[in-house]
Amino acid sequence: MNTLKPSERMKIPRNRAIEQSPEERIRNFEEVSKGFDEERALIEASRCLECKNPVCIEGCPVNVDVISFIRLITEKKYLEAVQKIRETNYLPAICGRVCPQEEQCEKVCTLGRKYEPVAIGKLERFVADYEMSIGGFVVPTIETKRKEKVAIVGSGPAGLTCAAELAKMGYNVTIFEALHDVGGVLRYGIPEFRLPREILDVEVDRIRQLGVQIYTNFVVGRTATVDDLFDEWGFSAVFLASGAGTPHFMGIPGENLNGVYSANEFLTRVNLMKAYKFPEYDTPIRIGNEVAVIGGGNTAMDAVRTARRLGAEKAYLIYRRSRAEMPARLEEIHHAEEEGVEFILLTNPTRIIGDEQKNVVAIECQRMELGEPDASGRRKPIPIPNSEFVLPVQTVIEAVGQAPNPIIQATTPGLETTKKGTVVSDEQQATKRQGVFAGGDLTRGGATVILAMRDGRKAAEAIHKYLQNSH
Amino acid sequence: MFVIKEKKFLSPTVAQFTIVAPFIAPKRKPGNFVMLRVHPKGERIPITLVDSNPTDGTITLIVQGIGKTTKELLLKNSGDSIPDVVGPLGNPTPILQNKRVVCIGGGVGTAELLPITRALYESGCMITSIIGGRTKELVILEEEMKACSRELVVTTDDGSYGKKGVVTDPLRELLMNGTSIDAVYAIGPLPMMKAVADVTRPYEIKTYVSLNTIMVDGTGMCGGCRVTVGGEVKFACVDGPEFDGHKVDFDELLMRNRSYVVSERVALERFEHGKGTCKLEAIQ
Repeated sequence: MNTLKPSERMKIPRNRAIEQSPEERIRNFEEVSKGFDEERALIEASRCLECKNPVCIEGCPVNVDVISFIRLITEKKYLEAVQKIRETNYLPAICGRVCPQEEQCEKVCTLGRKYEPVAIGKLERFVADYEMSIGGFVVPTIETKRKEKVAIVGSGPAGLTCAAELAKMGYNVTIFEALHDVGGVLRYGIPEFRLPREILDVEVDRIRQLGVQIYTNFVVGRTATVDDLFDEWGFSAVFLASGAGTPHFMGIPGENLNGVYSANEFLTRVNLMKAYKFPEYDTPIRIGNEVAVIGGGNTAMDAVRTARRLGAEKAYLIYRRSRAEMPARLEEIHHAEEEGVEFILLTNPTRIIGDEQKNVVAIECQRMELGEPDASGRRKPIPIPNSEFVLPVQTVIEAVGQAPNPIIQATTPGLETTKKGTVVSDEQQATKRQGVFAGGDLTRGGATVILAMRDGRKAAEAIHKYLQNSH
Repeated sequence: MFVIKEKKFLSPTVAQFTIVAPFIAPKRKPGNFVMLRVHPKGERIPITLVDSNPTDGTITLIVQGIGKTTKELLLKNSGDSIPDVVGPLGNPTPILQNKRVVCIGGGVGTAELLPITRALYESGCMITSIIGGRTKELVILEEEMKACSRELVVTTDDGSYGKKGVVTDPLRELLMNGTSIDAVYAIGPLPMMKAVADVTRPYEIKTYVSLNTIMVDGTGMCGGCRVTVGGEVKFACVDGPEFDGHKVDFDELLMRNRSYVVSERVALERFEHGKGTCKLEAIQ
């Protein structure tokens, strides 16, 4: 029980997580943050004011009962705390690490108005890790077994969440994954130093423990179409969650030179294929002494920090707006700076320069200034005439956004798609085609893990309703 | 896991595998490929689907041992399994009907050409096939190609079998003799496909080439396979693998495919040592 008075709770400073030092961590791929130990977790939990109107719960896209789980921590009931989280979020060890809490639950935390907010994310991670460390996970009991089969396309955060929720309701759930390993962007996109693969493996295994069947090496649209899933495989509903896996390129001269990567390719080689362990693993990667990453989002941060760990002496992050407009999480920007990444802001590449063997040797850039806000509300970058300069680099990584893979849309009649290639779904994640639901980056075009999970949850509820009503 | 049902060598360095893959087999169309991984630390590589049997749920792949991964694959035998095979990927080849076509295969490219030639034959095309290799043992599938071609010409660079020369020689002869040709399908090493496209360009004969590029996922995710076609950037995996040979920037692709030569050599040397050919390493 928390016996402190609110005025006493407010005086406790927010606890900092244990982290690897920048000098140490740029030489390995181990997790940067080690999270809280029990002592820190207990002190941090005691900071919670237990507000009558818990805005943090509203601030969470999946409405985790933050107050209750933090109270359980103060009572040292860690297993009960993680079970409380899992009522609405089946992947707490992942969310505790990759969620942008500063934009969600912690942003609205009452304590944050005058002091620093409660470190909700780190507390979530603490109880999830505690449970893992003592093997305390208990598979939720499935009360009613239902006969209907539901197909989930894609094993990223949206697909995994939808599968878990439907399996808990008693449905017969099958996930189809195109790659040879499960997790989608959690596997190929997010680096190990942010999300260790053992954590991902454990969370995926818990989805399997609910009875969910997972087919890897199965490309829906190629190995079987959505029509086949209904007609030949006997599924009653399909949830499309194939993500946004097609990389954008800037379209500047020199992009096909050797040494130019999409962030997708660069990260997939390192994360999924473990190119950082070449030649123990067979997949190679090219890394120059000087590397330029283009973009200002989380993917750009992941790529530039990966480049540092692969041995780049100079790792530049080139972004056309200023720091204030960067879409990346503050924590990631901060970590990148600590690791010696050089930010070249208000700058845009104009061409990539190669040698006779078509290897990258430099990138030409141009300085920008900010004009009026554009449609996204951010100030629009405008080129400054005659401000070009050349930066010597041997590797260029473009992290300038991605679109959904078109294979499913092209092979599924009845789906509506936008100009950006995203699939249209309504509030309940239903598409224009009966029995087909969609969510995550496939409908959003590039968002966060937690929003994908929210879509997965909502889709599970909608699919349940749909299947109940179709009898 | 994908079990190898049958393996046979077509030449000392080329083997044909029949693999149990019941989901892929009924979906395969000529021109499709699979991505495969030989072991859990392996890379993903694209291999063309040569054939399939939907009844027994098998697919056929033909592989030449060139780099580490393909050489490892060649060590696999019937009864062994391959952890990952995914497909069928890529667009099916456009199959013309009742036309006069020339099908040209170079080296192991003939394996990729065979399903296309069969499909063209079944849709009523009259086919002249030209297959070649550096030397006799690199000429494969002669009987199979003969069975679906009206005529078949074999060439070898060293003259050890068939006509001495390269595959573009008989093609040039055909064109000089005024044979009317509606389309050419060419699959083989990039320089060969480039040479074929150069020969047919003045005649404005539609020339399909199948591009072998570096790929990681094979489903449009990485962009490693990008190639310039008619001034536009395309992904070979999802926009191809067949393209109009007259529009492909072969020189750029040749350079791109050399992106990892150093790493490829390192991997291969380590592998050859590991097999025990290097006594020193075996002792250690």
